[in-house]
Amino acid sequence: MTETVAPEVAPGLDAKVLLEAYRIMRTIRGFEDRVHDEFATGEIPGFVHLYAGEEASAAGVIMHLDERDSIASTHRGHGHCIARGVDVKTMMAEIFGKRTGVCHGKGGSMHIADLSKGMLGANGIVGGGPPLICGTALAAKLKGAGGVGVAFFGDGASNQGTTLEALNLAAVWDLPAIFVAENNGYAETTSSSWSVAADNIADRAGGFGMPGVIVDGFDFFAVHEAAGEAISRARAGGGPTLIEVKLTRYYGHFEGDQQTYRGDEVARAKESLDCLKRFRAGVTDSGQLSDAQLDQVDSEVAALIEEAVVEAKAASKPTEADLLTDVYVSY
Amino acid sequence: MARTISYREAINEALAQEMERDASVIVMGEDNAGGASVGSPGEEDAWGGVLGVTKGLYGRFPGRVLDTPISESAFIGAAIGAATRGLRPVVELMFIDFMGVCFDQIFNQAAKFRYMFGGNALTPVVIRTMYGAGLRAAAQHSQALYPVFTHIPGLKVVTPSSPYDAKGLLIAAIRDDDPVIFCEHKALYDITGDVPEESYAIPFGEANVVREGSDVTIVAIGRMVSVALQAAEDVAGSGIEAEVIDPRTTSPLDEDTILESVEHTGRLVVVDEATPRCNLATDISALVAQKAFGALRAPIEMVSAPHTPVPFSDALEDLYVPNPQRIVNAVKAVTEWKR
Repeated sequence: MTETVAPEVAPGLDAKVLLEAYRIMRTIRGFEDRVHDEFATGEIPGFVHLYAGEEASAAGVIMHLDERDSIASTHRGHGHCIARGVDVKTMMAEIFGKRTGVCHGKGGSMHIADLSKGMLGANGIVGGGPPLICGTALAAKLKGAGGVGVAFFGDGASNQGTTLEALNLAAVWDLPAIFVAENNGYAETTSSSWSVAADNIADRAGGFGMPGVIVDGFDFFAVHEAAGEAISRARAGGGPTLIEVKLTRYYGHFEGDQQTYRGDEVARAKESLDCLKRFRAGVTDSGQLSDAQLDQVDSEVAALIEEAVVEAKAASKPTEADLLTDVYVSY
Repeated sequence: MARTISYREAINEALAQEMERDASVIVMGEDNAGGASVGSPGEEDAWGGVLGVTKGLYGRFPGRVLDTPISESAFIGAAIGAATRGLRPVVELMFIDFMGVCFDQIFNQAAKFRYMFGGNALTPVVIRTMYGAGLRAAAQHSQALYPVFTHIPGLKVVTPSSPYDAKGLLIAAIRDDDPVIFCEHKALYDITGDVPEESYAIPFGEANVVREGSDVTIVAIGRMVSVALQAAEDVAGSGIEAEVIDPRTTSPLDEDTILESVEHTGRLVVVDEATPRCNLATDISALVAQKAFGALRAPIEMVSAPHTPVPFSDALEDLYVPNPQRIVNAVKAVTEWKR
């Protein structure tokens, strides 16, 4: 049942889509690299889990989605938010714990959400998202407009009962749901080669009677193609799919993690696998985009991130009056 | 026009009327139809839930009554997810005891969305669940766990004590934009009472003074309301007039009605089927001790289950559940107390 999708450079994507893909991935990378630097200064409260290195997964999947659709994310959720169009400035403000944040400083990095954009939130609970996506997919199915739900989860969550229950329920209810397992090799420090009993997370799809696909998560085009196929099938009433995206996170589990459990895979990945490098090489070699166009995106993204940080730092913290609001709609 | 129907029928009628009124209301849960799954050779809607509460809805509302696998995390979570996308699901957690296998979705997801997302979330989900002792169902099917939900900010908790309240409170729950835990006592399903045919909603946070009296205030939760009423009739024979208050919802809690009553009577007995540490009896006692201390003429009495799992044997379960005699004893303790 499990198949591996072979990468194919820029299959039928026009320059506008390619530029948008690059902008999303570059924005995620720029955002995460900057949060890494800012966290080191001590100005960001709490914990952050960075998505750098995994950009092709968020971009490759979420670019297929529109306003009918919804996603649920993970601890490592900034990338999914950015790809889904959550405002970068209010995200940064949220991470700095400011009142101007997208969740008014009450959520933080692990709970950034924007339901108006069908983004059900990063999630502080491993395996929290897949059941929720069964519900959003059910709502989409009952509405009948072809909407889908996408649950991103990690290799750690692939062993949670919630995830396995959700896979079964999605198949039983024949839901337009896509389950994207982002296997970055480690749940905190614990290797997925040890913690996942199957050879691949995608191998489990057969047990739920749904297609399972393995994708190279450094290859935007491979992710985009596999996700496109699964999402089209779901929109057409063909039911759920499990996609395993194999990739590497460039930073530790959270900021401050010394990563002594890892070898030199990050250095190797950055050198030879990096999704942004490969994307740039692919689209410039094929003549679809020029280096100048991509450099222009780089500078625009850098300016946006700089503005986001400056504004976040200048913004006010929530006040005592905010402590008690928004527990209920009415009480 | 009111007729006499059962608590079970009142809940069914509330569901049907709300499904009729609002196409976004759906019902889901284990065996909520039963036998309806593709390929079953027998009767569709065979059960209507394990105790028949949702019976008949499957045929009346095609596609809107969903049976589920026994996967509480997945389908409670699905109800919550669907609620964020425009549906108003009423999902059944068959026994409240099963919260153990799906609590994360309830208290870390549904309860927190609105606050955690800065007020930008609506999660109008109702979780109907059966609680309480009395059917000899033993330790894992008999608990009165509503205090656990009451503890969680973001959840509303409802404990209807009569058919009239069950219908009106469930309609209010379905129309409410926050997550609601609707706790149905399993020993109440067959009790009957007058219930209007027309639709009506009972607002949350407004206690019902079930019996007026001036000597002692008895606050009772859920099934304990009828037990407290019986005790009140018993002591009336000795010239003690008890006021019996049913809070109807434990979150929000109508503090004012309780405090005003105690200001008037000077004595409080709280009756709660839950186990005694951090239950509604301790919570309401603390409230009164803090806010109506000056009015108290005797120490507060609490009548609760013992701090044990619910036992199986009828001999033991009958000792476990608070009964009228224990309440009478408590009333006498507060009315006869001397410094």
